Amino acid sequence: MNAPQKPPQKPHGNKPGSRPLDLKNGRVDMSHGAGGRAMAQLIEDLFVGEFDNELLNREHDAAMFTLPPGRVVMSTDSFVISPLFFPGGNIGSLAVHGTVNDISMAGAKPYYLTAGFIIEEGFPLADLSQIVKSMAAAAKEAGVSIVTGDTKVVERGHGDGIFINTAGVGVVRDGVDVCGDLAQPGDKILVNGTLGDHGVAVMSKRENLSFTTAIESDSQDLGDLVSDMLDAVPDIHVLRDPTRGGLAATLNEIAHQSGVGIELNEDAIPVRPEVKSACELLGLDPLYVANEGKLIAICPADKADALLAAMQAHPKGQHAAIVGEVLQDARCFVRMKTGLGGTRMVDWLAGEQLPRIC
Amino acid sequence: MKYVEEFRDAELAKGLSAAISAEADPDRIYRFMEFCGGHTHALARYGVEDLLPKNVHMIHGPGCPVCVLPVGRVDEAVALATQHDVILCTYADLMRVPGTKYESLIKARSKGADVRMVYSTIDALNIAKDNPDREVVFFAIGFETTTPPTAVAIKQAQKLGLKNFSVYCNHVLTPAAMRAILGTHTPQGAPPNEQNNVILDGFVGPAHVSAVIGTQPYEEFTRDYKKPVVIAGFEPLDVMQSILQLIRQTNDGRADVENEYARAVTPQGNIKAQKLVDEVFKVRDEFSWRGLGSVPLSALKIRAEFSEFDAELRFRVDVPNPKENKLCECGPILRGEKNPVDCSLFGTPCTPDNPMGACMVSSEGACAAHWTYGRFRTELELEDSA
Amino acid sequence: MCHAIPAKVVALRDDSMADVELEGVIKEVSLDLVDGVELGDYVILHVGYALAKLDPEEAQKTLKLFAEMGAAVNDGAAA
Repeated sequence: MNAPQKPPQKPHGNKPGSRPLDLKNGRVDMSHGAGGRAMAQLIEDLFVGEFDNELLNREHDAAMFTLPPGRVVMSTDSFVISPLFFPGGNIGSLAVHGTVNDISMAGAKPYYLTAGFIIEEGFPLADLSQIVKSMAAAAKEAGVSIVTGDTKVVERGHGDGIFINTAGVGVVRDGVDVCGDLAQPGDKILVNGTLGDHGVAVMSKRENLSFTTAIESDSQDLGDLVSDMLDAVPDIHVLRDPTRGGLAATLNEIAHQSGVGIELNEDAIPVRPEVKSACELLGLDPLYVANEGKLIAICPADKADALLAAMQAHPKGQHAAIVGEVLQDARCFVRMKTGLGGTRMVDWLAGEQLPRIC
Repeated sequence: MKYVEEFRDAELAKGLSAAISAEADPDRIYRFMEFCGGHTHALARYGVEDLLPKNVHMIHGPGCPVCVLPVGRVDEAVALATQHDVILCTYADLMRVPGTKYESLIKARSKGADVRMVYSTIDALNIAKDNPDREVVFFAIGFETTTPPTAVAIKQAQKLGLKNFSVYCNHVLTPAAMRAILGTHTPQGAPPNEQNNVILDGFVGPAHVSAVIGTQPYEEFTRDYKKPVVIAGFEPLDVMQSILQLIRQTNDGRADVENEYARAVTPQGNIKAQKLVDEVFKVRDEFSWRGLGSVPLSALKIRAEFSEFDAELRFRVDVPNPKENKLCECGPILRGEKNPVDCSLFGTPCTPDNPMGACMVSSEGACAAHWTYGRFRTELELEDSA
Repeated sequence: MCHAIPAKVVALRDDSMADVELEGVIKEVSLDLVDGVELGDYVILHVGYALAKLDPEEAQKTLKLFAEMGAAVNDGAAA
């Protein structure tokens, strides 16, 4: 049963007696989190104004909707990236891409997102506005709506500028069953493109590293690529995006969840030359560097070529490659045939990858 | 990457692998020590072992300045960070090295100490410039490659008239360590004795230490100990070529210093860097090394003319009696007498996640290298023999 | 033994600083430890400092040596 239609609310700025938000020079202050008029104005003018969809415009605490029939998938992620703005994106676009991709990795089509903000007192409204605009654009491109959210403000010094949490829901299509524990010996492992771009782009903005590069984050929504992939090969066994910890961490997780071993072919793994050299300079291994617009797909061996073709036909899979295969191995080791012809392990990393000096 | 990727070429590797197999005498075992941690790392990371015949054994040496740093020095650095309100600047590798009671710099930071990771002494100097009201201490470690940058930093601090910058100096010397490994009291060519001296047929010499010190310092080993030394570049093909040259020398009964890394190493080395180091540092009478114990004339301290930049003179710290885990075999492993898998702690519970000793923390430590890159081999061997 | 990498000098700056380039990545480093570095030279970098100049002739000689070692085995096998 549908609720009665209400006209969309007008922004507070148009109400007599209130000033519009100063998006150029203004800053978030404690009143914006206090639940009063200032907060309502921030939410309406900025969040609702930008995210702009029927469900959100109603401004209920909870959004009510029905989903198409099928198994429902839900996911959440929090974003604490530093710096907030980096080549190819910002914490906002990342917050949308991260969660829609998690939904896509379940073989599901994402529909709705939530967005929770924890903002530090003094955070510039200009930056907040840009972040919110990026989220809106990313959501639009991914075909999702941000339908409910929350805003809190913490005292200066108690937050790192801004933290964002997004949660999402989606629906899995019939006949698709992807899960981390479904990799089988003999399956092939594919990636949709070059690895390490995001991590290097973010690190290039860190003060104390002093290197410049044209590399941009690969942060992007993978929904339509996944859709094409499932059209071509409905019985893909595993889909996962190699974010923190890179390809290495993700493959180790999958190996353990599925109780299998993995062997990679170093020569087949696509890495941009600048990413390789930035990693050399910093003493990092690209296999362990974060990605935000890449996925790993594991599928039966006889379907690998068809899957590869489907990926390469899509703009977000141009540089897709078959990078390895799944083996029988009770110890769940991830191994790699090196470019030199020897073999090494690709171990599960201990904590933050520390660059070498000596 | 020019001058990098050509030295990682798979086809050339195959050729060198065949050449090594052809020249290695199947009736004997060759034991070569790669002194330098960077070579340990290169061997493991590229799986070079798979390209060597089974009778060529690479023994991992103590050329990992993180690994040989004694527990007591780590304790002092942690104490500097926690007992004084300093900004302690350190290279990343040192953050997780466990001291006594497993206190480390990263743990100290989580408890509020101001410990900052830097990639260069230049960063540390900038922090000192930007924070004139805070004391800034740079935790300096490294062999002769890393010492010149510290010398530059101290001279720069002097030039800028910085009053808040000092260095906690733990720089060490390669030839002294090689001497200790070979046993200063072992007459040339004598078999190993109770002092556990290792039978070695030769050394793969460090790449970038040699770029600084040149090739001449290694002549004492060929002359007095009759062991060949081949200085190798950093890439896997460099190491393979050097192994081939060591096999040849061993077969021929020669003991010469050979320079495979001629594109970066000259006989005299980098004189400018050597002079700078000599200006700022002098040799300590002795220094305690993890694994090698007390080694004479093996480390550097800051000269009196620069004493205002010496953290050891500027700060007093309270440290516990240094204690290492009794079961930790870092010592014998650093001396090349034991393998990582010979240590009862290896893997349980000592792993890079939970390091009990320094060999597991640094990615170039023998234990970390084996755990991270090579432990599947041991497991497979166990399976095969079962 | 310490992690070091060759990179090309693409700009010389004040105070003995220089820009080096490695596959499109540009890093600022110090030339305080090496004299006579010119644009286009390759230097070996370590913790933000150039430690030595790379000799391109010697590099080519070394690569040739690798190839000869491999070829010698093949020739031996063919003989």
